[in-house]
Amino acid sequence: MEIGVLALQGDVSEHRRAFADLGVQTRPVRTPGDLGAVDGIVLPGGESTTMSLLLASSELMEPLRKVLSSGLPAFGTCAGMILLAARITDGRPDQRCYGIIDLTVQRNGYGRQRRSFECDLDVLGTGGGPVHAVFIRAPLVVEAGPDVEVLASLLPSPDDEKRAPATGIPAMTAVPVLCRQGPVLVSAFHPELTGDRRLHQMFVSMIEDRER
Amino acid sequence: MADVSTPAGGAPDAPRGGARRTGTFTVKRGLADMLRGGVIMDVVTAEQATLAEDAGAVAVMALERVPADIRADGGVARMSDPSLIEGIQHAVTIPVMAKARIGHFAEAQVLEALEVDYIDESEVLTPADEAHHIDKWAFAVPFVCGATNLGEALRRISEGAALVRSKGEAGTGNIVEAVRHLRAILGDIRALTQADEAERYRWAKELAAPVDLVREVAEAGRLPVPMFCAGGIATPADAALVMQLGAEAVFVGSGIFKSQDPGRTARAIVEATAHFADAQIVAKVSRGLGAAMPGLEVGALHERLADRGW
Repeated sequence: MEIGVLALQGDVSEHRRAFADLGVQTRPVRTPGDLGAVDGIVLPGGESTTMSLLLASSELMEPLRKVLSSGLPAFGTCAGMILLAARITDGRPDQRCYGIIDLTVQRNGYGRQRRSFECDLDVLGTGGGPVHAVFIRAPLVVEAGPDVEVLASLLPSPDDEKRAPATGIPAMTAVPVLCRQGPVLVSAFHPELTGDRRLHQMFVSMIEDRER
Repeated sequence: MADVSTPAGGAPDAPRGGARRTGTFTVKRGLADMLRGGVIMDVVTAEQATLAEDAGAVAVMALERVPADIRADGGVARMSDPSLIEGIQHAVTIPVMAKARIGHFAEAQVLEALEVDYIDESEVLTPADEAHHIDKWAFAVPFVCGATNLGEALRRISEGAALVRSKGEAGTGNIVEAVRHLRAILGDIRALTQADEAERYRWAKELAAPVDLVREVAEAGRLPVPMFCAGGIATPADAALVMQLGAEAVFVGSGIFKSQDPGRTARAIVEATAHFADAQIVAKVSRGLGAAMPGLEVGALHERLADRGW
């Protein structure tokens, strides 16, 4: 198995290290040729506007769309979640997203860096206790379609309640932060920044299940 | 100033999270990790900030004058007017950084109150304290600091900096000092990895840095925070040079808005930083860019900004 990690910008090396810990090979993806033989693709954390622009200038935008729509397993964290989502609110008008998971996300929906946080999350389908999650200027899921499986969600904090009028989410509703739809896994947080490899293992298992 | 907000109540359905902790070192360093492979651009107006975002900047540094103008104008350079910073925050969706004077913790408090995403305790501004840097652990907003050598980098990290940048010589458009500082820091890290336990104490003494941090660097072969490069980057090839030397992202100050075509120069530097090891791409984006910023000979400078900080 070889997993491609989109390597235009962001925390590429943390994802590669996570898979290396699991004994899985990775390859940085910077050109269309790099997409050739990969069994799955990771869209890392970083700035989604920058990645979107570099996808276009590197002539990767359409080749990546093609492999994603043909069902290549994909794992997007933070900026990667934004790029894989169906709809972006508060994004730039020219911002593109692949729309392969039925989510509406608000960029920086939890606020500026001062509001970034870490916390423990209970994740469906993982044993061994809560997963520690690091949220950095994270995207907020404002809507998840009926085919999206919510694997973890977060209760609101007083800060989030201030945001309620802008997003239309009722004040005390738990918001999804880890979601799956078919071969696509996305998190609003950064599992690659902690030493816990359970979510990377979950993605590896998704690839194995598909290839079986 | 870090706080804990505990959620309460809510509908019993999907599993959900525990208490949130803000302002932790993991969260501070995490944003620096997200900026890796990117370009952070100095901007002095909301229009420039928009141009930077359009060109693919991962963040902007909001300031009143770019370093080349600070150098030319002379006088005391201070934190920017909050209304200028807020105007830039409203104009873009990417992170906004701003500069405080070395040791000026009250300016840093103001920047934290404005919720800037990163504070640069910067030698480009006139220092406020000639013996002490800001105690950066006291803040929830992360700090980036400049360094010319490994000891300086480790002292800034021990004070709480979550990101280090090599200083270079700001406002010159001359890459020579950036290269000197990067090579000094990375060369010492390589040498330190060869030191045995007894020699690590000597390194700590000579670097004037805490032995725990020295040991951590010796074992990991890298700083415990990301290291970016600043001070003198004016062309796409400059960016490719420092990235190949080991910088993880670049700050471009005067190099963009003092060039003949800022929009194209900005975009070219973004692409060269992303594809720094691919000379074909660096060649492509360098073609027909027009004049880069004029630049200054470092030997002829009246004052070196990199000498500020201790």
